[in-house]
This record gives sequence, structure tokens and C-alpha cells, in this order.
Amino acid sequence: MTNKKYEALVNKHTPKENKFKYALTAFLVGGSLGLLGETLIRVYIMIFNVSRNDASTYMIITFIFLASLFTALGFFDKLVAKAKAGLLIPITGFAHSMTSAALDYKNEGPIYGIGSNVFKLAGSVIFYGVVSAWFFALIRYLWEVLA
Amino acid sequence: MYFINSFLFCGLICLIAELILDNTKLTPGHITAIFVCIGSALDAFGIYDYFIARVGGGALLPITSFGHSLIHGALLAAESNGIVGLLIGMFDLTAAGITAAIIFTFIFTLIFKARD
Repeated sequence: MTNKKYEALVNKHTPKENKFKYALTAFLVGGSLGLLGETLIRVYIMIFNVSRNDASTYMIITFIFLASLFTALGFFDKLVAKAKAGLLIPITGFAHSMTSAALDYKNEGPIYGIGSNVFKLAGSVIFYGVVSAWFFALIRYLWEVLA
Repeated sequence: MYFINSFLFCGLICLIAELILDNTKLTPGHITAIFVCIGSALDAFGIYDYFIARVGGGALLPITSFGHSLIHGALLAAESNGIVGLLIGMFDLTAAGITAAIIFTFIFTLIFKARD
């Protein structure tokens, strides 16, 4: 079979991506998570009688706990495959990438498996987050000092 | 009002990410890294603080708020320690999230096995 024929055959059998449906799912899932986050903050303020800042931290930790647990239980991957950006962009995606990387490399041992690979995907977020935050903070700092 | 804003803001950020994901060759790794940079850039001029004040919890969940917390901690420490504070305070506000993610990952990795 020539390459061209092969390409045509592949194109014919590739499922047509329904971009509108994906976008709507991401919007609804992401929005629901945001709504749940705000609700959790209110609930924590009522139950534990803490400040809004502390309640926000509790809320973030709750989401990280749930994402990590659901990834370890094995069904978070299926949800991510459906909702995509809706679950990857909130903090759940950060916890999911760490737990799934750790589980994938578990059989290579605690040091060269789990330890070195846990930040395989989340590492870029921390690395570029720190680089850009340091850079912009420096600009802001110098601007305030000079002004 | 906080509830509606939370839904719209968090949903909108995920929608933008999904549109980038579907229409370009960028992977989720690229997009989260870009969004963190955008978050810290927005906070350099106080824009993200305005979002959090108006939106509430919905603005704290997306990965953009991670960049916001990084730069916010650095600038807070810089107020008291001078320019070295940019290095001292970088992880002040995100420490809870990163530590929690590491601890939970460790515990669950000990208990569970990978499934495919």
C-alpha cells in the first residue's frame, strides 16, 4: 500500500472530533468545580469558624486529597479523558499528574521510580511558575523602589 | 453573586484551555505551564487580586492561582526583607498545596497499585 492510500485510510477511520462538545464539557466541569470550591469555603467558614484565607487553604487541600485518592483508585483517568481541560486546569490536574506518575513508576523502586518521577509532569508547572513569578516580582519590586 | 462568578470564571478558564488544547498542537503540560506564567503576570499588576476579590473560590482553583500565590508570597516577603525576600517568600503561600500533594501522593502510592 502506498503512503497516500494509507493516509486516506487512516483519515477515514479517525473519529471526527466534536470540538464544540469538548469545549462545553470543559466549561461545565470546570465551572462546577469552581462552584464547589466556593461552596466548600463557605461550609468550612461555618463549621470551623476560620477566616476566609484559612478556609481557602482547606478547600485547596480537599481538592488535592480527592484528586489524589480518585487517581489512586483508578477512575480519575477516565474522567480526565472525558472532561480534559475541565479537570486538568484546576488544582486537581496538578495532584492527578503527581499521583499518576508515582503509581506508574512504582515498580522501579522508591528512589529511582517514585522519588525521581513524581514531579515528571508537575515539575514544569513549579519550575516555570517560579521562574515567571520571580521575574515579574523583580520587575514589580524595582518599579516600586524606583517610583 | 460569588457562586455565579465562581462558576463562570473557573468554567471560562477551562474553556479557553480546552480550545487551545483542541485547536493547536500544545499538550496539557504546555498549557498548564503557560497558565501559571499568565497567573503570575496578572498578579504583578494586581489584576488577579481583583479577580479573587470579585470571584472568590472559583479564582483560587485554576492553576493560574498557583502563579498568583508564588509571586504574592515573594512580594510580601520582599516588603520586610528587601530584595532577598523574593527568594525567601516564593513558596510561602503555596507550601500547603505542594506539601499536601506530596504527602497524599506518598500515602496513596504506598497503598495502591497502578491500573491500566
